[in-house]
This record gives sequence, C-alpha cells and structure tokens, in this order.
Amino acid sequence: MRGITKRFGPVVANDRVDFSLRPGEIHALLGENGAGKTTLMRILYGLYRADEGQIIVEGQPARIASPKDAIGLGIGMVTQHFALVPPLTVAENVVLGYTDGFRVDPARVRAQVQEAAARFGLEIAAGALVSHLSVGERQRVEILKALYRNARVLILDEPTAVLIPQEVDTLFATLRRLCADGLSVVFISHKLKEVMAISDRVTALRDGKLVGTVDTAQTAPAQLARMMVGRETFGVARQGERTPGEPVLQIERLGADDDRGLSMLKNVTLSIEAGEILSVAGVGGNGQRELAETLCGVRRPRAGRILVNGQDLTAARPHEFTAAGVGRIPEDRHAGAVGELTVAENLALEHLGEFTRGGVLNREAILSNAAALIAQFQIKARPTDRARTLSGGNLQKLLLARVLSRQPCVVIAPQPTRGLDIGATEYVRNELLAQRERGAAVLLISEDLDEILALSDRIAVIYEGEIVGVAPAREADVETLGLMMAGATREGARVREAV
Amino acid sequence: MNAFVVNLIAAMLRVATPLLLAAVGETFAERAGVLNLGIEGTMFFAAFLGFFVADATGSLWIGLLAAIISGVLAGLLMALLSVTLGVNQHVSGLGITLLLTGLALFAFRLRYGGRSTPPAIPPFPLLDPLPNVPILGNILQQYLLTYVAFLVVAPVAWWLLYRTSFGLNVRAVGENPEAADAAGVNVFRIRYLALGIGGGLMAAGGAFLSLSQLGAFTHGIVAGRGWVAIALVIFGNWHPIKVMLGALIFGGTFALQLRLQAIGLQLPIPYESFLALPYIVTLVALVLAGRNASYPAALLKPYRRE
Amino acid sequence: MFEKLSRPRLRIEKAPAPPWQRALIPILALLITFLLTSGLILWGRANPFEAYYYFLVEPLSSRISALEVLVKATPLILTGVSVSFAFAAGYYNIGAEGQLYAGAIAAAWLGVALRGVPPALAILLMIFGGFAAGMLWALVPALLKVKLAVDEVVTTLLLNSVMAFIVSALLNGPWRDPKSGWPQSPEILLNTHFPKLVPRSRLHLGFVVAIIAALLLWFIVSRTSIGLKMRAVGLGKQAARFAGVSVSRTMLLAALVSGGIAGIAGVSEVAGIQFHLIGELSPGYGYTGIIIATLGALQAIGVAAAGLFFGLISTGAQTVSRALGVPVYLGDVTQAAMLLVTLAMLLLQRYRIRRA
Repeated sequence: MRGITKRFGPVVANDRVDFSLRPGEIHALLGENGAGKTTLMRILYGLYRADEGQIIVEGQPARIASPKDAIGLGIGMVTQHFALVPPLTVAENVVLGYTDGFRVDPARVRAQVQEAAARFGLEIAAGALVSHLSVGERQRVEILKALYRNARVLILDEPTAVLIPQEVDTLFATLRRLCADGLSVVFISHKLKEVMAISDRVTALRDGKLVGTVDTAQTAPAQLARMMVGRETFGVARQGERTPGEPVLQIERLGADDDRGLSMLKNVTLSIEAGEILSVAGVGGNGQRELAETLCGVRRPRAGRILVNGQDLTAARPHEFTAAGVGRIPEDRHAGAVGELTVAENLALEHLGEFTRGGVLNREAILSNAAALIAQFQIKARPTDRARTLSGGNLQKLLLARVLSRQPCVVIAPQPTRGLDIGATEYVRNELLAQRERGAAVLLISEDLDEILALSDRIAVIYEGEIVGVAPAREADVETLGLMMAGATREGARVREAV
Repeated sequence: MNAFVVNLIAAMLRVATPLLLAAVGETFAERAGVLNLGIEGTMFFAAFLGFFVADATGSLWIGLLAAIISGVLAGLLMALLSVTLGVNQHVSGLGITLLLTGLALFAFRLRYGGRSTPPAIPPFPLLDPLPNVPILGNILQQYLLTYVAFLVVAPVAWWLLYRTSFGLNVRAVGENPEAADAAGVNVFRIRYLALGIGGGLMAAGGAFLSLSQLGAFTHGIVAGRGWVAIALVIFGNWHPIKVMLGALIFGGTFALQLRLQAIGLQLPIPYESFLALPYIVTLVALVLAGRNASYPAALLKPYRRE
Repeated sequence: MFEKLSRPRLRIEKAPAPPWQRALIPILALLITFLLTSGLILWGRANPFEAYYYFLVEPLSSRISALEVLVKATPLILTGVSVSFAFAAGYYNIGAEGQLYAGAIAAAWLGVALRGVPPALAILLMIFGGFAAGMLWALVPALLKVKLAVDEVVTTLLLNSVMAFIVSALLNGPWRDPKSGWPQSPEILLNTHFPKLVPRSRLHLGFVVAIIAALLLWFIVSRTSIGLKMRAVGLGKQAARFAGVSVSRTMLLAALVSGGIAGIAGVSEVAGIQFHLIGELSPGYGYTGIIIATLGALQAIGVAAAGLFFGLISTGAQTVSRALGVPVYLGDVTQAAMLLVTLAMLLLQRYRIRRA
C-alpha cells in the first residue's frame, strides 16, 4: 500500500501511509486507539475507499472497491466485532457469500467445512449454531472463513482483546503454523508484549501518520512504545495505599438472568468501601453487563440483596438508585445518551424533577446547568449541540459530568475507557481516581488488565457469572488472573479470598 | 353434517390462498430485513389491475401476469425507498399502500365510472381433479392458484430460504448485513430481489381475490388481509411452512364464520361479529405466538456502509 | 497558474446541505409530485394546467370554498397531531383510523343521550367522551406493547378492521336510523352540535379544537418534562431507560393521548359535519394523519401547515372532479405521492452541491 490517505470530513485518518507485507510473515500494525490502524486495513479489505494512494498486490495495481474484490485477491479480515450471523450455523457462516452453485445442501456444506477446519488445524464443530459459541470459538470461525476463501493474507484486528491469556497462546500457535505454510498475517494491536511475542516486523502509526517499520528482532518494547505514543510510559496510576473506610456498597449473593432469561449472575457477593476502587476483571460476556445493570436498577435481580450505605435497594428502580447516591457511567456510550437530544437535555434527563415546575421545563435552568458542567468537565460542545455530534471522548465526558456532578457515594464504571483515544482515556482514569480520593466507592468493570492493575485497590475476577476470587491489587499477578478468568482456578495459590 | 365439514375444509383452503401468497411474500421481505407495509396496497392494486387487464384483453392469464408485474414493481419501489434511500420503513410502506390504493380507485373510477352495477368478468374456473370421489373430491375442487400456493409457492419458498445460496444470503442480510457484506454478499441486491419476489407474491394474492374468487373488483376486496398476512408472518416465525399453518387457521376461522352465517344461526348477535372473528383470532394468535417471536435482527434498520 | 485553466465544475459532497438548499427541498418535492400526477390528469383527458388551477387556486378564490379548506383540514390536523404524539415517543400507532371511529361512536351516543344538558356543557362532555373512547380503543394495543412486547403496528392495523365491523354492526343493528332506515345513527341533538364559527359555512368549533390540539402538541413535547421524556424514549429507548425514565409508562401515556386525540377527530366530524355516525365518516383520515405527521416532522407548526395544505388538496380534488371529471381520488394519490417524494428528497439534506 503506497501513500494511502483517507479523510472523514475534516479528520485525516490516514495520511500518506506506506505499508508492505511479505509472504509468510506476521506483520504487526501498532498504534494507539485512533491512530488509523483499523482504517488502513479496512481500506485494504474494501470496506473503505482511500481518497489517495494505491494498493499493489503481487506487483499488480489492484482496485479494491468491496470485500468481494479483496476476497478475490486472497485477502481476508477478522474484525473486532465479529462479522458473523448468530442464528446461522458455523458451516453456513463460513460459506456465506462463497457458495459453489445455487443449491446449498446443509449436510454437504457441513462436511466440506468440517474437512476444511481439520485441514487448517482449527477445532470447530461445523454444525453448531454460532449463537452458542464462545468468543474464542467465534474467532476461529472467522479465521476459518477467511482461509476457506483461499486467503493468503489474513488481517486480524485486535484479535486478543476478547481472549484470555491461555486462548491467546493457542491463537499464536495457530498463526505460527499457518505462516509456516505461507500465510501472511497483519496483526493489529496496541499491546507491546504481544507484538514482541508474535510478529516478524512492526509498523507503527501515530495520529494517522506512518512512524516507521522495524524488524521485531532488532527492537525493544521501549522503542516501540516511543514510536507508538511519542513517549515511553503511560501516565495514570493509583497513588499510594488507601486508608480503610466504611463499606458503602454491599452486594450479597446476588443473582440475575440474562436477556434470554437464563441464569447469568450467580451468588455474587462483594463489598466496596469508601475511598476504594474495586475492579471486576474477566473476559467479556461473563456477566459483567448483567452485574452493572442490576446495580443501577435497569435489570431486576432474581436473588440476593443490594445495600447502599445500609439502605436496601434490591429491586429498586433506576431513579431510586440515583437518589440513593449511585452513579453509573453507561457501558455503551451511544446507548447512554440520546443522540438526537441536545447536550443540555441529556445533562438534565436524569434529574428532570429539578428542572421542572409543575411539569413545565425550566429551560434557563437546564441551559445554565449545562454551561456549568461543560466548563467543569472540559466538554468541547455547546449546550444546544445534539449529543450525536460529539466525539467519543466528549460524549464520555458528558456522561461523566451527568453522573459525577451529583457527587455520588458509589460509582459504577463498566468499560469506561473502551474505544477512547489516549487523551480521553487518561482523563477518565484520572476522574475515577479523583472519585476515590473524594471518598466514593468505585466499582470498575474492565476487560483491560493493564487498566485494572493501574487503578484498583482490590481485584475481583468474574467467570460465568460468579466471582471466583478477590485479592488486593498489589498481590495479584497477570498469570494467576488469567487462569482465573479462564475458569481454570477457583482460587489461585497466591490470590487470597479477601472478603 | 358431513357436508358441513367438507365445505368448511374446502372454503378454508380457498380463503387461506391469498393470505398464504401474501404472507410468504412478506416473509421474503422481512427475512431480508425490510418490513413491507406496502402489502395491503400492493394486493389492492393487483386485484384491480388483474381485473382491469383481464377485462380489457379478455385473458385472465394476462391479467394475472400484469398484476404480478405490478407487485414486483411495487416491491422494487419499496426497495428504492427503504434500501437505497434508507427511509423509515413504517412510513414508506404505508405511503406505498396509500399511493397504490388511491391509484387503483382513481383508475377504477376513470375506467368504469359511476355504473350502478359493478362490472364482472367470468373468473378462473374451479379445478375438479377427482369428480367421482365423494369427500376428497369435493375438498379438491379448488382454483389453480390455490394448488399453486400450497403445493408450489410455500414449499419452494422454504426450499429457496433454507436450501439455496440465495436463501442463505437473504437470511444473513436480514440478521446481520454488516457480516453479510464483509463476506462478499451484495446486501442491496439481495434486499431488492427479496422485495421484488415478495411484491410479486403479494400481488398474486391480491389478483386471486378478483380473478378467482370474485370475478369482480370492489372497494372492500382486500379488507385488511394484507395486515393479517403481516400478523401471520410473525405468528409463523418467518418460516414459510409455519406461515402456511397460520393462513389455514385464519382461513378456517373465516370459513367457519361464513358457514355459521349461512346456516343462519338465530343468535341475537350481529353478523359483523362473525366477520370480525378471524381478525380477533389472528390478534390472539399473534399475542400468544408473539412472545417467543424472534424478529430478524436487522428488521427496520437501513444498512449503510460507513 | 494551473487553477485558472481548470474549468469550474459542480461537485456533490456528503455533508449537510446549507440552509438555502434545504429550503428548496419542499418546493422541489412539490414540483416533482405534480409532474407525476400530471400523467393521471392527462389520462383523465384533462389539461394539467387547467386542472392545477382548479386544484390549487380555485378553492382559495371564494370565501366559502376557502373556509371549506379549513373544514377539510380539521380532521387531518387532529389525526396528524394524534399520530405525532405517538411517533414522538417511538410508538407506531397506525390505529388512528379505528380510534377516530371509537370517538365518533361515543359522540353519536352522547349526542342522543345528553338531552336537556346546556350546549356548552354538552359539547365539553362530547369532547371528553370522544377522548376517552379513543383512549380506550388505543389501550389494548398499548398494553400489549408495553407488557408483552407485541408489535403495535400489526395490532393497531388489525383493530382498525375490527372497528370497521363494530361500526357496521351498530349501523345495521341497534342504531339504524328509525326515520330513514338508512345505515346511519339517529341524528344527534341540537344542543350537542358544534357551533359554527362563520355563519352559512360548514366551518365549526372542531377547527378551533384542532388548533388547540396542535398548540398542546407543541407545548407538551417541547416544554414539559413528560414531553422531554417522550422524545428521549422515541429517540433512544435504552438511553432513556438508563437515565431513569420509565419507558413503558411514557410510551403508554403517549399511546393513550394519541388515541384520545384521534377520538376527538371522530367527535368533530360527527358533531360538526355529519350529525350522524355513518360508515363513511372518515375516508382514511387516520392514515392520512400519518402522512401529515411525517411531512410535518412531528412538529405542531409542520403538522398544522401540512394539514391545511392537505385540506386544500382534498377540496381541490373535489373541484377538479366537478369541473373536469377527473376522479376525486386524484387527491389521495397526490397526498401519498407527495409523502414518498418528500421522504426521498429529504435525503438530499445530507448532500451539498458546491463548486469544486
């Protein structure tokens, strides 16, 4: 790829980027969120069109206008959000868009796909419904899908983000074997350790620009970090140990169902003290969402109790949680604010009672409230802007402002930095630490172990809806946490039960 | 009493025919992710056009063909609005229904004016494959389109959806168009095709009413059957064979109330309560089945690449 | 230097259109719609220009026919407001037609029952009665939606059909006019007639009610907390629930208010125009209300403007029909075509034309 430039409105996502891939190599594409890695690869896969630049495949200039063109050139991509159709079977997903002939005989297709899986050494049941598969299995389906289409280039976009450490090892072994057979892999990541472990070469992007390409064998993590962020270390971390406080949020044997009505949370018992950050670590989909939703009244618990400062809030409604001093930052930013309403309206929505007289809105109060919060939380927006026009970071600030301006005694923060750029991430992490300093009890739910290790006082691990262990952060290590997240250990040797 | 049951079954199949055709058409549209509320208007216009062309050319077959073509075009218009332009599906579908209803009424008035007796044409004849077999023979006295609907359209729709690459694409596009696109499926083309096929089937259902059942065209000829068909699709969980079952239930209820009226049950209730019965039964069936309904995940959502 | 050589050319970009280009959209939509319907007029062997004169100008040329435009606009504004209430909260009430008849039934009953009641009180009771009846008919699908998650589009549509049978049963049964024997309810009492706004015209109190309903729509949706909640639910259900708004309660309320206002439309037609309940009371006002709400962007001003314009089209279609013999359904076709063309044109808002 030569001189690739891609603009989104005024934003330049890729600025004259060059990138080359050799046969049989694993080439890491390194950069922070928003550096333009995914955009560059979406161009290669035909999901975006480059504004400038050209793509050359095996010496020939290629025109890639759609994924179909890319597939025809032997390029396959596994995106972060899997491109699978859950109600269809593995086999149907694999052959989708790549069927031979009009008729599709389920038995024959299943056999073909099973045979292909065996050939590539991927362990998958071809007849299973994708909706029943784990995340790791779905990723294998995606890889099989690309290989089934005779991909010679495989693009993996942050493939380890959803995996536990042990699954990562399996993935890496698979990739090494496939590359030995001649497959080329583009490995998009921002995790230095993984890049060092798996790649042959590394290309770093920063702010849409190419920083450089180096051989992995001749570089060191510190150099890569410099290339990626322009400096060597991250800034935000917990400072010092806390002084023990009173328990503020107490969760006792909590149980809740998932959206399909199946039991998800089981017997969750946690206690968070004032001035403490307790993190819940775990692989996505192990009950984190249900836990967060139950703790703010959006989801009804099936068993157990929730106490805030001794007040029983077990089956309370969302506004009762808010009134009791529970603030929750929504997991999905875009579902947390109403995009078509203004910033001011979104900021007032949770406490409408304070902005109305006899049911009539006090518009001046709503606007001045917004102006004050915009200044305090450094949101780059006007009160009358529609929320959907805000960037991810500013939207998150808006939601933080709505929650934190109430000085809540409990802060529930599920995945608060997911998808944010580095500046916004630091801002959010600093805010959480400020809440801890202020004396709030903070429940941080995250899939990012680095974030958890940097911020928490104590770490709990959730697996299949159960808390499998709680330990002070200074005693935790990645290895053990990984094993617990995989459900391998109930209580690791070095992780003491601390409740 | 035996004759009562035989007549009931025969009428059930007859009444269910237009619903089955239309509901299978709607199944295609919704499986591809588009709710086509143009169904009522498509049926109404096809009922008119089929009659009009048959009357003008003297050929029922040309009338039927013209009706089906109009339905395909109506489906493509829906595709233009909802797929290409991404307009709200509820509003664009209703708009199409209102447009086609108005067009049919306009043209009918223009062509037939204010005649005192509504014009009529000789309709398609009933087939009588087993004239000498007592019970079965009577039940099998049906219109050709009834045979086609039950023995060809529904099974072929099932086969298309579950046994062909086209059907796989339709189902994928209605569940997760992003995934289908990434896999190299042309989301837009599949949705256009599904809506076109669906529109043709809806129109066949509408034309059945004027060309087979009635041999005439009246303002109340469709009378909400399109909406019933939409309910049947939900009831049948977007599966052609289960949709057929739903059409039979509605047809059975409708036939039953017709017989009850005909027998002249001297009950102190107005005959309209019989007429309303099938709609209420549909509603109840919808409520009972709707609780487990698994809507195509991408229904109502326009697909955009960026 | 090179720039001077290159020809200036127009370029279409994906960016919000500037205001002056947006202002052109409705005008362009109108022109395209009329171009399309011209085909029908020609088919009706009339001269399109002459037809458009009768269609759009003639109704406004005399006082009486101009007032008739307001008469025709009355039920359209009411159903447009009704639909806007529901749609604003993300509740797709397609049942305004049935709810209108529910209100009309209540009016036909109260209009006979309120013997001896002073007119002012009687009329107030008629309006409230119609509101309650429309609400009641909207209650079943609304409850099914919020309690059992049954799709309201299908249920409201099916209930429209059921309501048509109820009306027919009443008119062919107990309410058949004893004097004429026609399928129409007995004439309502004089004290329940809506007063005329202008003598010797058909313009009646219903028009004022419609304007008040539109004002209420504006006030409630944009100035009250329940309105903000409705908008939040309509525009982002999850986010609204997250912010502590009770989605089901808000939706239920919007659905009921919507049904009630559609019911008032029925009262207005019975007590202002027909004075009987008849089967053809509404030529699809409930459905046209959906077009009007959409074209009016669910805003009071827009709904009122669209309602008035559609009143003109309805009146004009009758004028064209009388003068040139073009079927009156030209009006329905024009209204539906205008909806579809406008919807398609609205997408132009996303693009701007400029020199490259």
